[in-house]
Amino acid sequence: MGSRKTRVLIAKPGLDGHDRGAKVVARGLRDAGMEVIYTGLRQTPEEIVRAAMQEDVDMIGLSILSGAHMSVCKKILEMMDQHQFHVPIFVGGIIPTDDGQQLMKMGIAAVFGPGTPISDIVGKVEEIVGQRVSE
Amino acid sequence: MESDKSDRLVSSQKSAQLDGLLERLRKGDQIALAKAISFFENDPELIFYLQGELQEILAQSKSHIVGVTGSPGAGKSTLTDAYVSILRREGKRVGIIAVDPSSPFTGGALLGDRIRMKRHFSDDGVFIRSMGSRGNVGGLNDSVFGVIMLYKLYGFDYIIIETVGAGQSEVDIAYVADTVVLVLSPSSGDEIQLMKAGIMEIADVFVVNKADMDGAELLKMNLETVLNFSEIQKPIVMSVATSGRGIDELYQQIEKHKTHLYETGEICQRASRRMKKHAETILDNRIQSILQCVDSNDVNVMVNAVLDEICKSRFGGL
Repeated sequence: MGSRKTRVLIAKPGLDGHDRGAKVVARGLRDAGMEVIYTGLRQTPEEIVRAAMQEDVDMIGLSILSGAHMSVCKKILEMMDQHQFHVPIFVGGIIPTDDGQQLMKMGIAAVFGPGTPISDIVGKVEEIVGQRVSE
Repeated sequence: MESDKSDRLVSSQKSAQLDGLLERLRKGDQIALAKAISFFENDPELIFYLQGELQEILAQSKSHIVGVTGSPGAGKSTLTDAYVSILRREGKRVGIIAVDPSSPFTGGALLGDRIRMKRHFSDDGVFIRSMGSRGNVGGLNDSVFGVIMLYKLYGFDYIIIETVGAGQSEVDIAYVADTVVLVLSPSSGDEIQLMKAGIMEIADVFVVNKADMDGAELLKMNLETVLNFSEIQKPIVMSVATSGRGIDELYQQIEKHKTHLYETGEICQRASRRMKKHAETILDNRIQSILQCVDSNDVNVMVNAVLDEICKSRFGGL
């Protein structure tokens, strides 16, 4: 009642069907008191950005295990420019270190590899969203 | 409701922001609509802010509000998805509110209704907003009234509200929707379950979903028997939401009910019922917040004093 809730969209772009990681993260954020909108498998960049817009989320989490992270993230960032809608994005999955750094340079807020404790992800999301809200 | 915009509920900065958002959303800006919803969601009392010209628009709005309720997994989201496809075929613009439960422990929520509505994600004529119930126990969210107003201002032809998975007594949707659709699925119990008070009473249209499964015909027969006990005939639609079977008929039945509401003038009763429920919700929340400020020790002292008083008068101070 009357209080602000952190809202996060968890999406799986691309064609791989392994959504366990996305589900574990969604559940972890839920248990940290956030509202998590889970949109499921095989989402296009356009669908993800539109869903994030309509849901007015504070952050988007992408789970990518297909190796397509560079092109997918680039498309999503372009789509955000096109819609003039910008929220921070974090990416989880099999992301080589070099690519991770590249993604951060492109404007991705955080990259999490396999084995990252949920508490780290929750902490990072809270930190990034907290900064945005106070701005 | 005074028409003073400097109501203590709204700070001047907030009101300027909200003014801007309302202006933009009326021009069809979905980002502004989404942000305005967040405002209302975080502070349902902002509704007092919508006055003057906006009230007039709302009074003239013909957006039809369809409530979809039923037990978890009955197929509410999938049915909504299929129904929206038909509304889109008819050229209607649709705003959806999909409520899922918030955790009573952490306040967090997993909002997963969208996942069944993927085919409308890139359609400009469909707007989907997921909500946590945030402590509301009637199957909705307290800000649902505010979001309806915003959807009406935006100009959706149909507003679909999907409740949380409802058991027997989450019936608030009856006070909010113009047409209530109750989704049932086979194996949900015998005819005694259908005779119980509560959710079975609030439906305007019954849907037996998953009609390709065993037990669907039996459920329909039981439902017909139970509905025959009453004088008002209510339609039963057999559907398979995943394949689209029966959805055309659902659309027809909702249209029929809509026509009936307008012909009999009942649409006005439903609107005032909604307004009354809205007022009650605001009052309840006010009272809750006042009670939260009361020290529980004070309450105990007061309760004991009253009990002593009662005992004294009844039992002569024994």
